[in-house]
Amino acid sequence: MPSLGADMEAGVLTKWLVKPGDAVRRGDIVAVVQTEKADVDVEIFATGQIEKIVVSEGEKVPVGAVLATVRVEGEAPASVSPAPAAPAAPAPAPVRPPAAAPDERPRVSPAARRRAEELGVDLSRLQGTGPAGAVTLDDVAKAAVASASPAAAPADRAAAMRRAIAAAMSRSNREIPHYYLGTEIDMGAALEWLAAENAKRGVAERVLPAVLLLKAVALAVREIPEMNGFFADGAFRPSAAVHLGVAISLRGGGLVAPAIHDADRQPLSDLMRGLSDIVARARAGSLKSSEMSDPTLTVTNLGDLGVESVFGVIFPPQVALVGFGRIVERPRVRSGIVVARATVIASLAADHRASDGHRGGRFLAAVDALLQKPEAL
Amino acid sequence: MNIRTVPSDADLRKTVFAALRKVAPDVDPAQILDSESLRDQTDLDSMDFLNFVLGLHAALGVEIPEADYRRLESVQGIVAYLRERLSAGEAPA
Repeated sequence: MPSLGADMEAGVLTKWLVKPGDAVRRGDIVAVVQTEKADVDVEIFATGQIEKIVVSEGEKVPVGAVLATVRVEGEAPASVSPAPAAPAAPAPAPVRPPAAAPDERPRVSPAARRRAEELGVDLSRLQGTGPAGAVTLDDVAKAAVASASPAAAPADRAAAMRRAIAAAMSRSNREIPHYYLGTEIDMGAALEWLAAENAKRGVAERVLPAVLLLKAVALAVREIPEMNGFFADGAFRPSAAVHLGVAISLRGGGLVAPAIHDADRQPLSDLMRGLSDIVARARAGSLKSSEMSDPTLTVTNLGDLGVESVFGVIFPPQVALVGFGRIVERPRVRSGIVVARATVIASLAADHRASDGHRGGRFLAAVDALLQKPEAL
Repeated sequence: MNIRTVPSDADLRKTVFAALRKVAPDVDPAQILDSESLRDQTDLDSMDFLNFVLGLHAALGVEIPEADYRRLESVQGIVAYLRERLSAGEAPA
């Protein structure tokens, strides 16, 4: 079970898209997993052949549990090593082992399994009292009564998502020594250039100002790599690739921050298409596992809601979060004269274990400088 | 010569809400005040708004330049703008 974000502890395997014997290629979507936040398409990390399906549809298993075994290309059938169907994201939190090894899973009657699903009872935690320790309908009913506390009740999705966000953000505030910086960036040049560019384009090809901000952040990482990567196992591990997490609020509440891969290497038009696509899929609840598990740096843009500045909470195990407020005309002094300029307040929340305020300041300065030359973005 | 008939305001309003439904399926058209800001009432961000404009473009074939966004404030304004653009024919501003 891959870790699809720092706030995920377990997931329900809702659907297998492959069966034993199927040939798979790295990146193929092999299963659908339901988390508290979304239905996620799980991509496989290896090329080979599906050997055995370990977790059946409808089962809820913790992050790190083996979903299926894959015979990697060139490997002899005899030396099958169990491998998770997708890599777990670097998560500093201890990964809980599966409640039971695949072959000693509790026996459960189909009726009991159905009932457990209805009642939200986690079968892996049950001690069966039936023949050979099988879980019976009665066991499920008893467990449901025992766990009928507010925390255990699988309330609606919104409440589950709120809990997941709370858990990740609590962990962030507990573990990450944040520091915060803010600066006002002149957006005049960027917006003028963008308006002229968009005037040449049809509606479908237009680029939003947010895309310029994303690209500037992605490129600034090349100058200040300490903002991009993970803090895991007591050390900062910078990432060579820039997978930009984009905080997306969901209509009806909640938040996901999936990644746009290699944002630093994409032309603005591609980045715009990527953003548009990922926002649409986030809201439709169909993201891919790689998007959920590997952002290296997240950007939150609350400007659309009208706030002028936002100081974020870092998504662990990432080490920084860049925030942008609303782009608005403000008085600026240029050559001793007060002029109205469109500006945005950029903020940085960063992890003191990976960098200090001096480097953080350099990072925001780099973002600023990049936005003054929009044609080069 | 423009031989296409311009849809009635009621039909344009329907088109507006059809485009809105695609970006904000949770919005109840009955709750929307035609004279007030649509974005404020429906909590659309700039991506939603762009997709909304895209939806209008797809439904009516009208090119809506960014410079005209300020006229798309309320449902009333949007309907008036669309009527004007459709009456004037195809030529984009």
